[in-house]
Amino acid sequence: MPTVVLIGNPNTGKSTLFTALSGLHTRIANYPGCTVEKKLGTFDDAGVKTTLVDLPGTYSLSPRSLDEMVSVDVLLGRQADVGKIDAVICIVDAANLERNLYLFTQVREIGVPVVLCLNMWDVAQSRGITVDQTLLSERLGVPVVATSAHKNQGIAELKAAIRQVMGTTADSRRPVFPDLFHSEIAQLSQWMQNRFGSVPPLFLLERMLLDVGGESEKKLALALSPELLPILAEARARLAVQGCRVPAIETRVRYQWIREQLTDVVTRSEAAPRVTTSDKLDRILTHKISGLLVFVGVMFLVFQSIYAWAGPFMEAIETVQGWAASRVEAILPPGTFRSLVIDGMIGGVGSVVVFVPQIALLFLFIAILEDCGYMARAAFLMDRLMTKLGLSGKSFVPLMSSFACAVPGVMAARVIESRQDRLLTILIAPLMSCSARLPVYLLMIAAFVPPIYVAKFIPLQGLVLFLMYSVGALVAIPVAWVLRKFVFQGETPPFVMELPSYKWPSLRIVAYRVYDRVKAFILRAGTLIFCSSVLVWAAAYFPMDHAKERELQNQLAALETHRDGLGADSIHPTLREEIHMVSDQLHVESGRLLEASFLGRAGHWVEPLVKPLGWDWRIGVSVIASFPAREVVLATMGTIFSLGSEVADEGEEARFADALQEATWPDGRPLFTLPVAVSIMVFFALCAQCAATLMIIRRETNSWRWPVVTFVYMTALAYLAALLVYQIGTRL
Amino acid sequence: MTLDEIAMGAKARILDVSGDDTLAVRLMEMGLIEGEEIELLGAAPFGDPLEFSVRGYRLSLRKNEARRVTVEPPCEP
Repeated sequence: MPTVVLIGNPNTGKSTLFTALSGLHTRIANYPGCTVEKKLGTFDDAGVKTTLVDLPGTYSLSPRSLDEMVSVDVLLGRQADVGKIDAVICIVDAANLERNLYLFTQVREIGVPVVLCLNMWDVAQSRGITVDQTLLSERLGVPVVATSAHKNQGIAELKAAIRQVMGTTADSRRPVFPDLFHSEIAQLSQWMQNRFGSVPPLFLLERMLLDVGGESEKKLALALSPELLPILAEARARLAVQGCRVPAIETRVRYQWIREQLTDVVTRSEAAPRVTTSDKLDRILTHKISGLLVFVGVMFLVFQSIYAWAGPFMEAIETVQGWAASRVEAILPPGTFRSLVIDGMIGGVGSVVVFVPQIALLFLFIAILEDCGYMARAAFLMDRLMTKLGLSGKSFVPLMSSFACAVPGVMAARVIESRQDRLLTILIAPLMSCSARLPVYLLMIAAFVPPIYVAKFIPLQGLVLFLMYSVGALVAIPVAWVLRKFVFQGETPPFVMELPSYKWPSLRIVAYRVYDRVKAFILRAGTLIFCSSVLVWAAAYFPMDHAKERELQNQLAALETHRDGLGADSIHPTLREEIHMVSDQLHVESGRLLEASFLGRAGHWVEPLVKPLGWDWRIGVSVIASFPAREVVLATMGTIFSLGSEVADEGEEARFADALQEATWPDGRPLFTLPVAVSIMVFFALCAQCAATLMIIRRETNSWRWPVVTFVYMTALAYLAALLVYQIGTRL
Repeated sequence: MTLDEIAMGAKARILDVSGDDTLAVRLMEMGLIEGEEIELLGAAPFGDPLEFSVRGYRLSLRKNEARRVTVEPPCEP
């Protein structure tokens, strides 16, 4: 099966073209050892099935990081999991040819046949820009096809052009570098031949000389010999003396060549206004007052959607989950298998699917904002503020989204090109107070914070809730500073960003983006989240004998069937009492089983560790059990305090709070005091008890290192903060 | 003078981009080459970053990035 690669600048409609070519048949994975997403599709052309590889949008092929090197390796056919390349589609913005062709000049030097795709043709025409395709094609020596990918126009012509170039020898026309440069390359090649007996491809050799401190230089010096570095430095010095300073020489030569090729090819209509509508719009949308007002409005809408609009969908998912569980309950007898199916598997699937509404809604907005060009403006507006935190404007949307849920927030960090900025954003995103922490706060506050007023008019309960919400974001500031200072050192990544022209978003593209992200989440993080849910279920279930619990469950079910058989009025008080008694026994038995399970034992082991926080082993167990998701802590507390796990559900909060207030240490002291409650809340504000977040970090960074780092640093922070709160709180 | 110093709405001609680090290379790759004309269109609400027009497209640069670009006022025809 032939392989075709798609490459182009950002904002050229590259993913739109990818979708137009390959439809929904995409596969997503990561390239080994880096964070670059490998996106593959297939398309049919005259009966020939062709693989389409989508490379990340880039302005040039001068690899300065491992991630950027992937694109070069794929094009050179050196990426083993992609293989040999038969043709390249270089997509450019027809309205912005000059800068876009820079990448093209580099791509064609790879030596693979190229088709130049002038996308957004309709937009260029509407702006009075015309391109003489025939002349351009003659000059460049490659087929030139005009497309409007979002309208599906020109796709057949593009396919035909690909078919035409495949198997041909690539045209060798290229920008003319000074002779001196070529003689240095020849010398270098000769030296490497003598020294190592082999020479890397010419493209890499040239990159090595041109990119000071670049990835090809590093890679080759590492693979072959550090002797290479002084040799390169000498060569560059010789070039500089002759007025061919590296790296400036490359951009100068290429841009000059491009301008020559474009003479008489691109014409701008005199009638076209010099200041475009997009520019006028920009003056409003980036204005000091109107710009910020619109921004706040848009962000409020985005946040509101993931925070509130996702709610009904999530409840619906939980309802379906409950319905499925009750169906299984009706079919299967109580036992290990039933518990595995209901609590392990249905619960596990639920813990994955429950994120889908938030992810879908966030990416719906991100796709709209990106497609219309506003996303770049959002980064532009917020950059000053975010640089104060050592981040860039592009981190704003991911971090803001994390206040609703860190999972879509971490996924949204994908738009940040700089690896350092992206990792830093991902690492602090889980500190933002997400909606899963809210139930924990609400219950603790209702039970232990007195409903009094501070300074006569500020309700203490509201104040505590506000503080809990802010603590994560406040802590994120020093954390970001420390990470920037000690972990992500090196030069500040450039902000240099194109502000694309505004346009109407395409519904098809937006829908596709949402579908694509949801699919990526379910397929790539879903299994891991599911597995961690099942593992925690197993730890809470084994190794005890659940015979007595089963017996009580059967007994209760029989009593309830009996009750349901009778009319509502005729239920005898003794029957009601009996149900009550059996259900209490069941709760006590479940609590006992949990205590004796692996999880319960772990709780006992950690008791010495959590005692300084004011916790006993039962709180310890509940916290450990909440690893799959923070809100699980309430259900576990329900079980361990022998109240039944449903006690955390709606309408039962008062009973739950009462029961917690009655809980004591073995010596009779009350277990829950205000400092203990605050210490639990602070712990949950800062900890990383969320398997889904950790697993999505694993997926997005393609490495176990970052989820481990996140878990360790956040747990340490949470522990220290809870310790501090409790120790100070009890001494006040 | 450098690119961060030109007046709002003013045009300038690029003389040089200093350095050979990632930032310098990126600036040059984005088309900031000697002789090219560049115009300051606007600034973000907090005064930074800046929005420029160069080679027919809109480019946003932080002030400390624009400082790397030496410019001269263009000779009016």
